[in-house]
Amino acid sequence: MIRTGLTIALIVVGVFFLTVGTIGMLRLPNVYNRMHATSKPTTLGTAAIFFAGFAHFGPGAEGLTALIGIVFLFLTVPTGAHMIARAAEQIGIPFEGSVTWPDASAVDRSDRAERAERTEKSDD
Amino acid sequence: MSEAADPALLDAVVGGALILVSGLCVLCSYRVISGPTNPDRVVALDAIATNVVAIAVLFAIQTDRGLFITVSLVLAIIGFIATVAAAKFITDGEVIDEP
Repeated sequence: MIRTGLTIALIVVGVFFLTVGTIGMLRLPNVYNRMHATSKPTTLGTAAIFFAGFAHFGPGAEGLTALIGIVFLFLTVPTGAHMIARAAEQIGIPFEGSVTWPDASAVDRSDRAERAERTEKSDD
Repeated sequence: MSEAADPALLDAVVGGALILVSGLCVLCSYRVISGPTNPDRVVALDAIATNVVAIAVLFAIQTDRGLFITVSLVLAIIGFIATVAAAKFITDGEVIDEP
């Protein structure tokens, strides 16, 4: 009985976080802000739903698979978000408003210049 | 406590959660279609992939079949690989570098 209540509570928490993430992705103005809105609440929401699966199936084979899913999610979602943010910055999508790098001279721009040269060359 | 946590309520909550998360996937597809830039579309597809992982776990709870937990794990792996490949495609214009 407690297990059923715990499952219900975790599902409600997870669906709340997924809803918050989707609303943030629809409403925020920029790629970087949208990524900030999706990656963290979506990770938390799906982890809560995985925990609901663990609470429902118990610590048998399926429950342990759910725990492995949580670990995998916490490893991969930040990595993927970082790679998309890096790609967006490298193809030159501007930051919002007055947002800048903390130290602009510390950022290596040589690869971007190289790529611009390469695309110019391929246009010929 | 006993009336607040009976299996019928669990069925109702899981069904409602499935419908709501499916609706969230439809809302994410708005950003996939009309996103101003390509990284927007990749972010939205990544969010859809994570939502589908949640749908698989909810389906496992609804039907009481633990096999679908494994299905959700496989979906998470495929979503991660797709995100990394799309990010590399946006940056380099190709997924696998030719020597």
